Amino acid sequence: MKYVDEFRDRELGRGLAAAIAREAVPGRRYQFMEFCGGHTHAISRYGVADLLPANVRMIHGPGCPVCVLPIGRIDLAIGLALERNVILCSYGDTMRVPASNGRSLLRAKAEGGDIRMVYSAADALRIARENPAREVVFLAIGFETTTPPTALVIREAQATGVGNFSVLSNHVLTPAAIVNILQSPEVRTLGTVPLDGFVGPAHVSSIIGTRPYEFFAEEFRKPVVIAGFEPLDVMQAILMLVRQVNEGRAEVENQFHRVVDRAGNQKAQALVAEVFELRREFEWRGLGTVPYSALAIRATFAAHDAERRFELQYQPVPDNKACDCGAILRGLKRPTDCRLFGGACTPETPMGSCMVSSEGACAAHYSYGRFRDRPQAPLAAEMA
Amino acid sequence: MCLAVPARIVSLEADDQAVIDAGGIRKRVSIALVEGVVPGDYVIVHVGYALARLDPDAAAETLAAMAAAGLEPGELV
Ligand code: SF4
Repeated sequence: MKYVDEFRDRELGRGLAAAIAREAVPGRRYQFMEFCGGHTHAISRYGVADLLPANVRMIHGPGCPVCVLPIGRIDLAIGLALERNVILCSYGDTMRVPASNGRSLLRAKAEGGDIRMVYSAADALRIARENPAREVVFLAIGFETTTPPTALVIREAQATGVGNFSVLSNHVLTPAAIVNILQSPEVRTLGTVPLDGFVGPAHVSSIIGTRPYEFFAEEFRKPVVIAGFEPLDVMQAILMLVRQVNEGRAEVENQFHRVVDRAGNQKAQALVAEVFELRREFEWRGLGTVPYSALAIRATFAAHDAERRFELQYQPVPDNKACDCGAILRGLKRPTDCRLFGGACTPETPMGSCMVSSEGACAAHYSYGRFRDRPQAPLAAEMA
Repeated sequence: MCLAVPARIVSLEADDQAVIDAGGIRKRVSIALVEGVVPGDYVIVHVGYALARLDPDAAAETLAAMAAAGLEPGELV
């Protein structure tokens, strides 16, 4: 595929690996967090970690929207389907997320809930039009990339009078989560995992631009390199981060300038601002409550806000105590440090959030990590 | 979830829709979130919506920079 295959080229990958090895100063530490699940997936799948010198380490961040969705929010959706008899529309990714009492959307569907998988927000609105006698709720999740489509359908529902359509918004914000990680007590006081820089989101940044990252590059003195989702993009970003560390710089650089610019997609931003407002706080699975980190639907669109329409009350539900996702997402532990990893907890039977989607740290490690032990890095096979 | 692919705009349709080609697969997506795309443009498509345009010149620059980084110092011409 054009603009995909070129960025998986084996020769270029070898060259970048050699450059990183040449420029990373021995004895110096380079610990970089890739925020996005898309990067986590690329790093695991293409064995990028195997190509890095031992002192350059990647830490998987919380940027997987499926993984950070807390149990209590899924419980709300399941309640709507089973007790309020709505047609609940959801992206396929959320279907298996573990909720309370061993449930998931998939189980609730088997129990008789009218739960439908949709590919896009527009499909959910179409289902509402086709079923005027039923209430239709779209379980909206995602970072800044999936929010503009949700905003579009809410506005369209209002403009065209689709009165039986509402949205349960779980849209979350990337910069708030990064700040939370940098300020978390574990990272601050224990200082166990000092982060030396960030690989910044690819498609999220095409919407918000590179400007929002300037604040924490300055405030926290951390370099940020926005990177595309292909393996060579990640490697080039790592090289750029190594150079910033070597030169004592903490700047926002843009490896993905074929798609991202400083201002972002202003049309999408304006639309999101019209339909959504900041929540004072929102619970993230794995991170806990993060202030101003999510979006709620504005009062002007109240009729299409499922939380208002059905007077939903959020009940936080604690995660499985043995699950170490919180520490893993902050880089304090690795998936294999969790005693449930690969035993009680697998992608088929996820116990915690990071095992749910292939972009989660535990699932990515489980699916591709076993290649690690092979002498041949999977890069050769995958990038061919 | 975050899967998004670069795709070429094949034709523009009514109601802010367009037909795209992603590695030989054709699909109808919304272009309501991007301004002024024309057939031949490359866009990033996510959950049925084009999110941003892809700049072919910038892509070529990035590939050239990657190739240059892989050369040993002194090998540069
Ligand atoms: S292996 Fe499972 S239980 Fe352990 S940290 Fe990962 S998701 Fe949580």
